[in-house]
Amino acid sequence: MTAPTTRLPVRLVVNGAPRELELDPRTTLLDALREHLDLCGSKKGCDHGQCGACTVLLGAQGERRRINACLALAVMHDGEEITTVEGLGTAEAPSDLQQAFVSCDGFQCGYCTPGQIVSAEGMLDEHRRGWPSYASASLRGASPLSDAELAERMSGNLCRCAAYAGIREAIAGVAERRDGAKEAAE
Amino acid sequence: MRPFDYRRAASLEEASARLDPGARIIAGGTNLLDLMKLQVMTPEALVDITRLPGLSEVEPTDDGGLRIGALVPNADLAAHPRVRAGWPLLSRALLAGASGQLRNKATTGGNLLQRTRCPYFYDPCQPCNKRAPGEGCGAQGGAARMTAILGVSEACIAAHPSDMAVALRALDAEVEIRGADGAARSVPLDDFHRLPGDRPDLESTLGEREIVTAVRLPAPRPGATQVYRKVRDRASYAFALVSVAASVRMQGGRIAEAALAFGGIGARPWRDADVEAALIEREPSDALFAEAAEILLAPARTEPSNAFKVPLARRTLIATLREATGLAPAAAGPDQTGDAA
Repeated sequence: MTAPTTRLPVRLVVNGAPRELELDPRTTLLDALREHLDLCGSKKGCDHGQCGACTVLLGAQGERRRINACLALAVMHDGEEITTVEGLGTAEAPSDLQQAFVSCDGFQCGYCTPGQIVSAEGMLDEHRRGWPSYASASLRGASPLSDAELAERMSGNLCRCAAYAGIREAIAGVAERRDGAKEAAE
Repeated sequence: MRPFDYRRAASLEEASARLDPGARIIAGGTNLLDLMKLQVMTPEALVDITRLPGLSEVEPTDDGGLRIGALVPNADLAAHPRVRAGWPLLSRALLAGASGQLRNKATTGGNLLQRTRCPYFYDPCQPCNKRAPGEGCGAQGGAARMTAILGVSEACIAAHPSDMAVALRALDAEVEIRGADGAARSVPLDDFHRLPGDRPDLESTLGEREIVTAVRLPAPRPGATQVYRKVRDRASYAFALVSVAASVRMQGGRIAEAALAFGGIGARPWRDADVEAALIEREPSDALFAEAAEILLAPARTEPSNAFKVPLARRTLIATLREATGLAPAAAGPDQTGDAA
């Protein structure tokens, strides 16, 4: 039988900083971040992968992907890199996406917002890689980020205040400005 | 969550050896951890196979088909250029399922082995023969909106929730399995999931200590039109009430080939050869499609709360066949199969 007091060593690189923990194997990545590393930006909404408030980015820059931290065991991600909303910007120096959520009224109560912003970063990476969505008219070639595409690609993040119109506007504006900046640099 | 022993397997051999009764393989964990939090599943040990080599590749096979490693995430598979070109039905079905976050974690093998989302299975305070054989079935006579109408039994009316597996059935997929002795065997997906019968807790034909290592697809069907149509309670991120996967090839105004599979209505991903046979060599028409729907739904066994699925499945099949045969334009797609290379 299993001893309930088992602790396993878990090393994570969170927002660029190496962190070492001793965790009960039941500890989710979300609980490791919130309860053990005091990074409370990632929110616990449903704790069952349905709301997206816990969304974090898993993996190194360039190949990172969005996941629900509530449905991941921290011990299974030993040695991996995690980016949370705290790693994207600060109150003093918000990221372009964070600033856009403010400018576009992309929230009301704000509880889902960190998950929305982190998820949107992951979603924009996926779109840059040319991944299609269920809303894509064709599976061949890239689909422009229309309103319908944004709604489909962000459907894993619920907003009970229903600030969806502002959320989509914020993300669409940032996608356009980043594309413009990329083209100007080329 | 109940305490469990966690082991990261260093080889498939070790993973198989650690699969004692009470132990479970964990990969993406998106369904298993959810069920463990609710104590619907209470494994004593988890065997983590996510770092095993050789299970994360999508590779062409010698016969023009595809071998999809069991650990390939749903997101990667949906976006894979070969899949999009040769088996677009599979991409569409994957993209119809779950959310972006979940598809990044959920694996091919795990998707096949996911459990039903029947609310009575999910609630340990309700009777469920799948969760605890012999307890009874709360869904029958209960709120059974999400349950199945085909392949159900006295013991269980739960629906298989996968979208991916529905497309794979229409595409004649096989499941590659590593046996306890290390030997590989291959099972047609048609024979992989069990019907509930009087043992709804037994969901697949996997034997003791066996592990799914890959899914194999035969070569694409050139010139086919493929459609995955999913009807659900909201526009995105919801399980199917009814879904239809169709791959149809027309020739001279008649239906030359038709492969159809169904989600949301079956105790397992559903396919019925008689439905397809009724379409072959016929000219497409709503009357013909209604005839096919009659064949599909004749054996349906309904509850008051899921009887709506009979007319819904009929209309969804007709609408899907209109798109796949070119009688009506599609909102997204339909996709033409091409060269997967």
